[in-house]
Amino acid sequence: MSELIALKNISQKAADMVEEGRVHKALYSDPEIFEEELDKVFQNTWVFIGHESEVPEAGSFKTSFVGRHPVILSRDRKMNLHVLLNRCRHRGATVCEGRKGKTKAFTCPYHGWGYGLDGGLRAIPKAEEYEGVLDKNDLPLESLRHESYQGLVFATFKSDIEPLEDFLGGAKKWIDLFVKQGGGYPLKVLGEHRFNFPGNWKIQLENTTDAYHFPIIHKSFISSLDNATADIFDFLDGDGFVEDLGHGHSVMVMIPDLVDLEADLDQPIPERFEDLAQALRDEGQDEEQVKRLVRAAHGTGFNLNLFPNVSCSMAFFRVLRPVSVGVTEIQHVAIGGEGAPAPFNRKRMRLHEHFQGPMGFGTPDDGEAWERVQKGSMAGKDGWILVNRGMENLHTSPDGNVAGAVCSETGMRGAYQKYKQMMAAEGEK
Amino acid sequence: MAINTDLLNKATAFIWHEADLLDHKEYQEWLSLWDKNGLYIVPTDNNETDYENTLNLALDDADMRRMRVARLESGESVSASSVSGTVRMVSRVRILEETADYVVVRCAMTLNELRHGNLVSYPADLEYRLKPTADGFLIARKVVKLMHADGFLRTVSFIF
Ligand code: FES
Ligand SMILES: [Fe+2]
Repeated sequence: MSELIALKNISQKAADMVEEGRVHKALYSDPEIFEEELDKVFQNTWVFIGHESEVPEAGSFKTSFVGRHPVILSRDRKMNLHVLLNRCRHRGATVCEGRKGKTKAFTCPYHGWGYGLDGGLRAIPKAEEYEGVLDKNDLPLESLRHESYQGLVFATFKSDIEPLEDFLGGAKKWIDLFVKQGGGYPLKVLGEHRFNFPGNWKIQLENTTDAYHFPIIHKSFISSLDNATADIFDFLDGDGFVEDLGHGHSVMVMIPDLVDLEADLDQPIPERFEDLAQALRDEGQDEEQVKRLVRAAHGTGFNLNLFPNVSCSMAFFRVLRPVSVGVTEIQHVAIGGEGAPAPFNRKRMRLHEHFQGPMGFGTPDDGEAWERVQKGSMAGKDGWILVNRGMENLHTSPDGNVAGAVCSETGMRGAYQKYKQMMAAEGEK
Repeated sequence: MAINTDLLNKATAFIWHEADLLDHKEYQEWLSLWDKNGLYIVPTDNNETDYENTLNLALDDADMRRMRVARLESGESVSASSVSGTVRMVSRVRILEETADYVVVRCAMTLNELRHGNLVSYPADLEYRLKPTADGFLIARKVVKLMHADGFLRTVSFIF
């Protein structure tokens, strides 16, 4: 009984720490709240685990996580996808350690139990001692419910959750726009950058809907751009906006001209893309296709934030994973077009390297700021994180959503309200 | 087996010189060590050989090297200002190939970085393609193969 009360107090505590325009700094550093988040948020909703292009063929797999749970995304011989808990049903070893690859089966290294790509237990060495003890059919790798939208794969521990498309809701329209950056080719993962920072996962969650920081912390990146490109990134006084899409999702439009990459194909080719345009012409692409690919190569002018762990961030996927209350792992997943001309995908990767990843011109400065937020949040017994920017300057978007200025904290407020709702819910325990 | 110690010494001296320039942030002189078509590469996959068609942590041509240095020297990057310093050890130098146009050298490096009081170490294999000129070598290619290239790294605001 006393345990029950303690648990209830925690949920109340976390939910009470989220007010409309501010959240308590303890949300970044309280280990009990962190454990509660894994249960109530990450085990209780749709979590992004990868893109279908990462497992292109029969036998392809990649490893990923749902919260703290290691999982395998695999494709079987009939091309069906599976999301499997990475835990042998015998004594619990992981059955797959590679980051990605191709295989015929997952064989546990400890005693050799063999599982199919669909998770079914196929082979047990020296099976006679199990006669009358167990039936192979009862012990597949545990599988999670999963659904995809536009190739984005989500998995969940909550088997009775609403369909993925309902969960995405108003975000679907923006995903449809986001995938246009394949330039007419299906979107394809080209590689990824991985880094971690000593700070809470919600600091990253906030960041992808934070236009306010861009010209300040990323000044050294902006200085490395030509003037025309630097002007494009000077978006705080432009016509951008942040729209709360519900379910904790939001979109931050920084460059309205780059919302629909299939519109306005007549624009002149910017200096930064002259080399790409020429390489495409040299390959024999006609001028219309050159313009289309150059426009797609920009990436979209918005960040679409999907609560709780992925952002479709201009030209890449930014995936977060909570490791502990004070450590978060981040993947910056580069994307291009499947079958697109090589110069197009090369340009996409070079642009990604310029800003993203642990050696980009942008990420290290973000990382520094987040580390300081975590450190600073330890100062003082009591203190609040403000997310009230632009709260009195809201309007209704054409889709009927609450929207604010591009550098408002509207998206953060939406995410924290969803968080509050999930944390306040009664636990299943 | 005969080792060309004369060439080995020359290559090692050059690589040590480069290492010292980088630890002491003498970046402008470092830029002058490069052949104009040279590439500075930090792969995400150490088995990859087609760097241009894969995603790297860094793939810098002359322009990107100049901009990377400008970023570190500008005072505009808060992460660069937070690096207290780096100390790198380079050893285990071996000549892999020698032709009239270039020398391929492989060596081991451990770079230690201090940032916010935390010591982080980066063991790596370095592979150089050095171009002999009348005034010594120029770097035609430098590939930094971090041991944990495909793991979750800390962010990097210095030059390997
Ligand atoms: S733990 Fe996997 S076979 Fe024994
Ligand atoms: Fe940023």
